[in-house]
Amino acid sequence: MSDKGTLAIYWAASCGGCEIGILALNEKILDVAAAFDIVFCPCIMDTKARDVEHMPDGHIDVCLFNGGIRTSEQEYMARLLRQKSKVLVAFGSCAHEGCIPGLANVTNRQSIFETVYLDSPSTDNPGRTLPLPEVQHNGFHLALPVFYDTVRTLGQTVKVDYYLPGCPPEADRVWDAVVAILEGTLPAPGSVIGAQTTVCDECTRTRSEKKIKAFKRTWQVWPEESQCLLEQGLICCGPATRAGCQSRCPTVNSPCIGCYGPNAGVEDQGARLITALASVIDSNDAEEVERIVREGVPDPVGTFYRFSLAHSLLRRAALVPDEERHELPLPRAAQ
Amino acid sequence: MAEKVGVYVCDCGSNIAATVDVEHVAQWAGGLPEVAITREYKFLCSSLGQAMIAEDIKTEGLTRIVVAACSPHLHEKTFRRACERAGLNPYLLQMANIREHVSWVTKDRVAATSKVKALVAAAVARVQYHQPLEPMAVAVNPHTLVVGGGIAGIQAALELGDAGYPVYLVEREPSIGGHMAQYDKTFPTLDCAACILTPKMSDVGQHDKIQLLTYSELEEVSGSIGNFKVRIRKKARYVDDATCNGCGLCIEKCPRKVVDDGFEAGMGYRKSIYTPFPQAVPKIPVIDRGSCIWFERGRCRACEKLCPTKAINFDQKDEILEVEVGNIILATGWDMFDCRRMPQYGYGRLANVFTSLEFERMCNASGPTGGRVVLRDGVTEPKSVCIVHCVGSRDKHYNSYCSGICCMLSLKLGHLVLEKTAAKVYACYIDMRPNKKDYEEFYWRLLEEGMLFVRGKVAEVTDVARTPQEEDQLIVQVEDTLLGKQRRIPVDMVVLMGAMEPRRDARETGLKAGISCSMAGWFIERHPKLDPIATMTEGVFIAGACQGPKDIPDSVGQGAAAAARIEGMISRGTVMIEPVVATVQEERCSGCRICNSLCPFNAIDFLETEKVSKINPVLCKGCGTCVAGCPAEAISGAHFSRDQINAEIAGLLCDADGRESGAELAFAPAQAE
Repeated sequence: MSDKGTLAIYWAASCGGCEIGILALNEKILDVAAAFDIVFCPCIMDTKARDVEHMPDGHIDVCLFNGGIRTSEQEYMARLLRQKSKVLVAFGSCAHEGCIPGLANVTNRQSIFETVYLDSPSTDNPGRTLPLPEVQHNGFHLALPVFYDTVRTLGQTVKVDYYLPGCPPEADRVWDAVVAILEGTLPAPGSVIGAQTTVCDECTRTRSEKKIKAFKRTWQVWPEESQCLLEQGLICCGPATRAGCQSRCPTVNSPCIGCYGPNAGVEDQGARLITALASVIDSNDAEEVERIVREGVPDPVGTFYRFSLAHSLLRRAALVPDEERHELPLPRAAQ
Repeated sequence: MAEKVGVYVCDCGSNIAATVDVEHVAQWAGGLPEVAITREYKFLCSSLGQAMIAEDIKTEGLTRIVVAACSPHLHEKTFRRACERAGLNPYLLQMANIREHVSWVTKDRVAATSKVKALVAAAVARVQYHQPLEPMAVAVNPHTLVVGGGIAGIQAALELGDAGYPVYLVEREPSIGGHMAQYDKTFPTLDCAACILTPKMSDVGQHDKIQLLTYSELEEVSGSIGNFKVRIRKKARYVDDATCNGCGLCIEKCPRKVVDDGFEAGMGYRKSIYTPFPQAVPKIPVIDRGSCIWFERGRCRACEKLCPTKAINFDQKDEILEVEVGNIILATGWDMFDCRRMPQYGYGRLANVFTSLEFERMCNASGPTGGRVVLRDGVTEPKSVCIVHCVGSRDKHYNSYCSGICCMLSLKLGHLVLEKTAAKVYACYIDMRPNKKDYEEFYWRLLEEGMLFVRGKVAEVTDVARTPQEEDQLIVQVEDTLLGKQRRIPVDMVVLMGAMEPRRDARETGLKAGISCSMAGWFIERHPKLDPIATMTEGVFIAGACQGPKDIPDSVGQGAAAAARIEGMISRGTVMIEPVVATVQEERCSGCRICNSLCPFNAIDFLETEKVSKINPVLCKGCGTCVAGCPAEAISGAHFSRDQINAEIAGLLCDADGRESGAELAFAPAQAE
């Protein structure tokens, strides 16, 4: 073993974009490799869970964990990596807030299975077979991870030391975090490594007092390039979204969709967005306000909680029966 | 956090102690975290009670105070001062309202005591997060705005002007004078209204400290005590007030005559260019655009051709004036009940049914009949008149309140009829209420003069005769409750004592000035007994009938009182304002400008160079709208911080009685007896 630090990169309920986000460090990835031995990263290396199981506790110096917790296997890996890591970082929006997979919290396992395995037009499943966690087949005992009703964030599953927001986190912010880790200048454990202000701070568009008569979808208008997008009626999540991306979307004439999550100290990004937009609707007539909202915001959850539903005060749509939990036993710490 | 909290539970005599187990609460509160001392006392607001708190602060070294007593609206200032006297910052106090919110709304001692515990726990939890705050001193602009040029507004303006302070007096009509200018005599002394009012009106017109803005309306108010900015719409008069000398030639020569629904209450005529009455102040006429032949057909301009000073200007437009004032007095007066709303009394249908205002104009020597009391035909003197009391007052279908002035008004009008005609005069009343100085005596005088009083609420006024004697008469159907009999009184003329009602636009006016109206629509005073002229908005005062039905002496008294209050402030030069304001943390503000249009007090400015929003602490009232609206959590509200509110909620939900759900405890409805 060299005297380099050890780094693990893992993915759970995520799209793989976070790994791309790390690769976007470009040549600086070499500096990362110079500082750390990557001991576990199924995306780029042939490493297995059992390799981690055999590590002593705390063997991994830093684990960048992306993805939310949707299955029993992901939960197991989260608990395992927590046990084996000195510093566990919830990397990216899924681990931080649930992100797009977390939007499935408006429904439940059964209806997801029915849609995916039975009802979708391209599915041919005459036997109406659904995945089961355990089956006996030709004398073999086969097991699949249990699919939970609810997507949870990493922080709702295990103790997380730091959060790195973004979908995916911007390479510059990843590098800032790496530098902070190497130089030992990390903030207090449990905090988000990021700005204390919002996307508007980095946006160069001109802003004035906002008075909005109608919200428009992106396909309905060709926005004027220098004026605040929200003032042009596009729902831009910038005012309620943590800065860090250099206002990437508004810069290319597309409204912010909120991937960097809430600003520091804000509990519920969606609620903040709703109050912000409610504040600028230019009408005091209840019926007109109702019409503006109905016509302009056909999908409120998908608009205001696109990235943060699992982590929000709402968490999920009401679930009638108690959710089953399938916790796999953790291996005893290897000697 | 190591605070030493003192908890004081007030009995409020038996107001609280009769319903809440105060001793138990005080004892229980001693077990709450950080609580160093708890006491229960008969009247905490008494000087002894206050001294006890102050003494404890000094001897026990208390750092936070919780007073569980009445509404903070009533005594928060009292207890803050007690803290201050003992050297503790007054904002380190929290009150729990256990009287209005608990003991006065239930008789269930167990539930009441539980709720008090939850409220005390909330206050104890919250107060630990309080921060010391310092009130801010604000300079008072010596100018005052008086809205409404009736007798209350005139009095206020004169008091202030005579004290040497500049006043803007805004009046919606072309002349000041208000309702009082319409009357003939005033009760109970029977002074001629004009004789006592017009000198005051001309004083206002000539006063070097009073800038009179007639035919003008309040448009918008911003700012706060000491520094209001007011926009006033000066409506187009089509007569240049600087050039016009008030000669009246234009009025004389105007060919168009219309019914005067305003000053003459529909009883007389005026020209299209007019002053409402001969003694109008100012004497400058206005052109009524609605009836003027030039505006209607594009020809005439007689007034313009004949005006010796070339003051007529048909191109005049409404003007918006902006003035800065330190205080505002609303003296916007009242409207008369529309008697058509009680069709059983026949007003508008039966020609010889009059309203009291119509009758006032008829009695007035300078009115449409030259003071003669005649029927609607303009010729015939009535042989009998019936005055109907409480039309739209003391009637839950219209206004449940008593208008207060109508009994005396009825007596006055009865006297005038008896003086001017040989008619018999009846008054149908529910109760006679002549309840001020020399009023009862006036009632006796009318009894002696032969006015006939019938105790009963009139059911109907009709012209349908049942007997030959009733032919061609108005029949007043009334139950005489003293005789216990239905009566049908045939008369020639009926006068309806219409109720005093709030101005139809009082709510909008109130909104502009930031004050609210009662259910009935009268402006709400700060305290119904102890502060009837101030409002919940600092620097905005109310005087006269806009606050509730009032006669002339009461209106004058309020006008003078409001002026005196303001003079005090101006002579001190500064007022202290609450430091409970919102602040933007600049490093967190992204300048998104969501908050900019939210502030009801226009306290938020956007700094273009720094690209951040900033709150003017003088204008901010600490309402918290921007704090809730800020999507970046960059704004915090002093005295209502997130920590304080969360702690308060957590305290409220505490498990005071060891039950499982604190929420159930705190919000359980009081049990019905």
